[in-house]
Amino acid sequence: MTVPGVTQKNLKIVGTRPLRPDGVDKVTGRAKFGADIHVPNMLIGRVLRSPHAHARIKSIDVSKAQALKGVKAVITCADLCDLPSEFIPAGEMMVNFKDMTRNVMAREKALYEGHAVAAVAAVSDAVAAHALALIDVQYEVLPHVMDVSKAMEPDAPLLHDDMYTIGVEPKPAMPSNIAKRVEFGFGDLEAGFAKADVIVEREFTTKPVHQGYIEPHACLASVSEDGKAELWCTTQGQFIVRAFCAKLLGMEVSNLRVTASEIGGGFGGKTVVYLEPLALALSRKACQPVKMTMSRTEVFRASGPTSGAKIWVKVGATKDGRITAAEALLKYQAGAFQGSPVQPGAMCAFAPYDLENVRIVGFDVVVNRPKVAAYRAPGGPISEFAVEGVIDEIAKKIGMDPVEFRLKNAAKEGTRAPYGPKLGPIGLVETLQAAKAHAHYRAPLKANQGRGVASGFWFNIGGETCATLNVGEDGSVAMVLGTPDIGGSRASLSMMAAEELGIPMEQVHAIIGDTSSLGFNFLTGGSRVTFSSGMAVVEAARDVIKQLRSRAAKIWEVSAEEVEWVEGRARLLGEGKDKSLSLADLAKTAGKTGGPIVGNAAINATGAGPSLATHLVDVEVDPETGKVTILRYTAIQDAGKAVHPSYVEGQMQGGAVQGIGWALNEEYIYDDKGRLENPGFLDYRIPVCSDVPMIDTVIVEVPNPRHPYGVRGVGETPIVPPMAAIANAVSNATGYRFTDLPMSPPRVLAAIDSQRGG
Amino acid sequence: MAKQHVTTTVNGDTVEFLCGTEQTLLDVLRDELYLTGSKEGCGSGDCGACSVMLDGRLVCACLVLGAEAQGRSVETIEGMAKGDELHPLQQKFLEHAALQCGICTPGFLIAAKALLAKKPNPTETEVRYWLAGNLCRCTGYDKIVRAVMDAAVVMRTA
Amino acid sequence: MDYRSPTTAKDAAGLLAQDGAYGLAGGTDLLVKLRTGFVAPRMVVDLKAVPRLRGIESDARGWRIGAATPCAEIGEHAGFTAAWPGVVEALQLIGSTQIQGRATLGGNLCNASPAADSVPALIAAGAVCEVAGAQGEREVPVEQIITGPGRNALARGEFIMGFRLPKPTGRAGDAYLRFIPRTEMDIAVVGVGVSLALDAQGVCTHARVGLGAVAPTPLLVAAGAKALIGTRVDDAALKALAAAASAACKPIDDKRGTIAYRIKVAGVLARRAAKIALERAAGK
Repeated sequence: MTVPGVTQKNLKIVGTRPLRPDGVDKVTGRAKFGADIHVPNMLIGRVLRSPHAHARIKSIDVSKAQALKGVKAVITCADLCDLPSEFIPAGEMMVNFKDMTRNVMAREKALYEGHAVAAVAAVSDAVAAHALALIDVQYEVLPHVMDVSKAMEPDAPLLHDDMYTIGVEPKPAMPSNIAKRVEFGFGDLEAGFAKADVIVEREFTTKPVHQGYIEPHACLASVSEDGKAELWCTTQGQFIVRAFCAKLLGMEVSNLRVTASEIGGGFGGKTVVYLEPLALALSRKACQPVKMTMSRTEVFRASGPTSGAKIWVKVGATKDGRITAAEALLKYQAGAFQGSPVQPGAMCAFAPYDLENVRIVGFDVVVNRPKVAAYRAPGGPISEFAVEGVIDEIAKKIGMDPVEFRLKNAAKEGTRAPYGPKLGPIGLVETLQAAKAHAHYRAPLKANQGRGVASGFWFNIGGETCATLNVGEDGSVAMVLGTPDIGGSRASLSMMAAEELGIPMEQVHAIIGDTSSLGFNFLTGGSRVTFSSGMAVVEAARDVIKQLRSRAAKIWEVSAEEVEWVEGRARLLGEGKDKSLSLADLAKTAGKTGGPIVGNAAINATGAGPSLATHLVDVEVDPETGKVTILRYTAIQDAGKAVHPSYVEGQMQGGAVQGIGWALNEEYIYDDKGRLENPGFLDYRIPVCSDVPMIDTVIVEVPNPRHPYGVRGVGETPIVPPMAAIANAVSNATGYRFTDLPMSPPRVLAAIDSQRGG
Repeated sequence: MAKQHVTTTVNGDTVEFLCGTEQTLLDVLRDELYLTGSKEGCGSGDCGACSVMLDGRLVCACLVLGAEAQGRSVETIEGMAKGDELHPLQQKFLEHAALQCGICTPGFLIAAKALLAKKPNPTETEVRYWLAGNLCRCTGYDKIVRAVMDAAVVMRTA
Repeated sequence: MDYRSPTTAKDAAGLLAQDGAYGLAGGTDLLVKLRTGFVAPRMVVDLKAVPRLRGIESDARGWRIGAATPCAEIGEHAGFTAAWPGVVEALQLIGSTQIQGRATLGGNLCNASPAADSVPALIAAGAVCEVAGAQGEREVPVEQIITGPGRNALARGEFIMGFRLPKPTGRAGDAYLRFIPRTEMDIAVVGVGVSLALDAQGVCTHARVGLGAVAPTPLLVAAGAKALIGTRVDDAALKALAAAASAACKPIDDKRGTIAYRIKVAGVLARRAAKIALERAAGK
């Protein structure tokens, strides 16, 4: 990777707020999302799902379904490859193909209600639905376990009889539901706590919450008789889908061309596959295209939420506000297969603080729920919710302002993070200072109102990225990207390309390429796109500039070193300084100066800088109903450099409101048989427009020295502080310390009443 | 059961289609007429992504039977811009960055247009309650509300 | 599934009498049930083309609302809104703006949810249904229609043509409040409708209290009315009303609320709703 450090120049485009290039398509209904295409000869696929939370599959008889007129294919697990247990990194999580093939289609057992057991493709949705009813599955219902602590008990129903806890020495003698143990930290906890004047120790619980993207999963697969396959799907990563599906279907990756549709929200939940391998298997069997979409109910029952968890936190501090020791124990639900985000949760837990003595232990635990998928800063919001609650309480105990307390202990450049390395420049202190200076922080409060503050940390990632800039013969630039645009990245990446090339943004035309048009790209996730695709775009633009200089040099019959690229024009250095050629001039004559001008970059981006945030929130609690109203909200975050400030603000506002939902009302409700009772937007209550106020934002910019424009990822950090900030606010409004999410009205009222003594 | 023959008006044009009696207006728009700008987010009237106007009333197309459209008038997102001229709401949504992923956008635009037709000068609270049936998971609603209020100003002074 | 759209009450009654026939008004409940496979009708009878099912009128007897009139249309009727603000409040809480464009009072009642928002307000208003069937019409008070969750007192072939509400005279007012976890889009955890009338001295002469989502059916709470009648609706009377409302609850624990929570909040909302009704009555 050769992208150099921060470009020092007057930025003309980066930092402004142009209209997004894909905007018109999206306000006119023209943009094509996952379910928006129809092709000739297309079949409709549907999935049969387990009604049981835990059951052995004794037999599946598909003969009646197969015989139904209009049914063209029926598949079960036998139509997908079984694969050995091996771990492949995918973003912040590890992928195990033995588990993945079982998650997309149950094999020996159904492990959660909604687990796919068979699928059909038929000439219409009605015929497909009829066919599902004709499939006879014999189940042996087994005891199930939903709760993380119960699942860890030795006599708990066992989901996988070959699961032995990783990370424990010696290897346990017995299998269990505990997939993994992780530990981070350093220093001497005992000595640290001995030095403390005040110690606060609390237990917290959080519920699984769904990403809640408005677009259900959808895809269309077409496999031809000779095995060539095309797949259209809504995903955060077409290359990841290709890799996963090829593996599950036993195909060569280059024989499968995946095109990412426009994506109607993902938040991490569209980094895995559900329908895609099934649609391919059905299409392969039927030799016709197969379209599949999930209903909203299926989205809730069978696609990934994030973990519910139990967290224990203990922090000690001196009277003058210095933390002496910090300890946490995290138990995260993974769902039916290992892979909860407990590791990043453990790494983030105390990351905003400069600590001498710290230890975090985490457990990844399987339960009979859908397998968790990434959800915006996976793991971080859960552990930091607990930590920020204890930090708030300890500040209160020693009588120190909570922002002041955080400032006194804030991590900064050079601080050793609890997970090991020393941090580079980060902006936590700046966000705290901005919070302190904000009018919101001093605004008066009335009775039953409270203010809360919390900070949050997220790493951000880089990863494999390609970009191609094709200079057209008229001087326009077609920019091919491999990362789906989930919220404005065509805009931010076009801006960076235009900035480098010195041309108007409108001259750059961003296209999200399919898997055959670029080398491998990791997915849109981990807040990595503006950072790493930005680096790739900058590198590709510099590649173009290099070629343009040499083309101009050729025309002027000088060496390339004598030509500089300034404001979109090649200029001759030294004598004849007034000579210049525009991009369009050079493009026009490209055929005569060496052929097409194409800039490429294929990088593995490193040096993603963590983004830190501090949120302020005011709430009012109705003492008679327990209802919490969000009165005012201010999100402050370090963006490194905000390429398009409107979309940075949008990330901060959206994350804050998702956090408000997580804090107040969102939760999965299961009956005693392990069946989901609220698989819809009626009773899975995400915030609606009238639930929230305007979300004020303050963007702080502490440049990331590893990015040409100083960019840090910003998409994930905004969901880290809200739950703690709101819990702190509700605690301040009521005088009762809230430790369990969601803080729904019945829970809040019960807490208030318990304090009143009934 | 034979399919129903339905004659209706969509975005000002007379349209005929055949639909199964179970098919909703949303199914018909998307799968028979290929007007896929109206989205299905839930199929139960809880998300508003399929908002359309039916005889001048804002409804969820997922909660109307296709057969009910007989002799009526339907307006969808595809009919909002006039030629290459965007509706002021569409323009303001772009200017305010009031969309991120864009899946909820058509529904918000149709619902907001219905609001401004009824109430040209709404308060923030009125905007928020009117749009409470349109879910957005990306934006936190802030920029959407601002875009609608700004469009209201433009439309009042136009 | 057959779809029919009769244009007379007689044809509608005849079709609805057939096996597996379901009435369709706004469709906001029926279409969800259809989609989830909760019901599988052989025939859907769209009642909206029957003329008397649409419209809002007032005559000497009071107000009449066609049972299939969309709630949005009712809410836009200035005269009715001035007469029964609490009823309008309640029906404007049925779902989103989009749902309002379709949902109807007849559908909200016949769907027979214990949590139907319009029902406690209609009960408090003393509304009566015109029930039509093959044998002609009969009048039934709203509180007698719902017999249990999802069950109603209509015979096969019967449907609701319209609602009759009295014309409030003198110093009268009504109000509806419900509790939901969000500000919109939820099903009521508790719903309370109160209507009352005052004499010239400010003494309550008439009251009706309807409660929703706290029992298998919406309730007419006679003890609640008793707590108000003869008082100036002062704090003591409101306290007695709250106690009566809480005492009338026979709720269940479910995904939307607990028994204890519903009992307590029913009292709180009854008190708050009565205060609003009082202000409205006193303001006249």
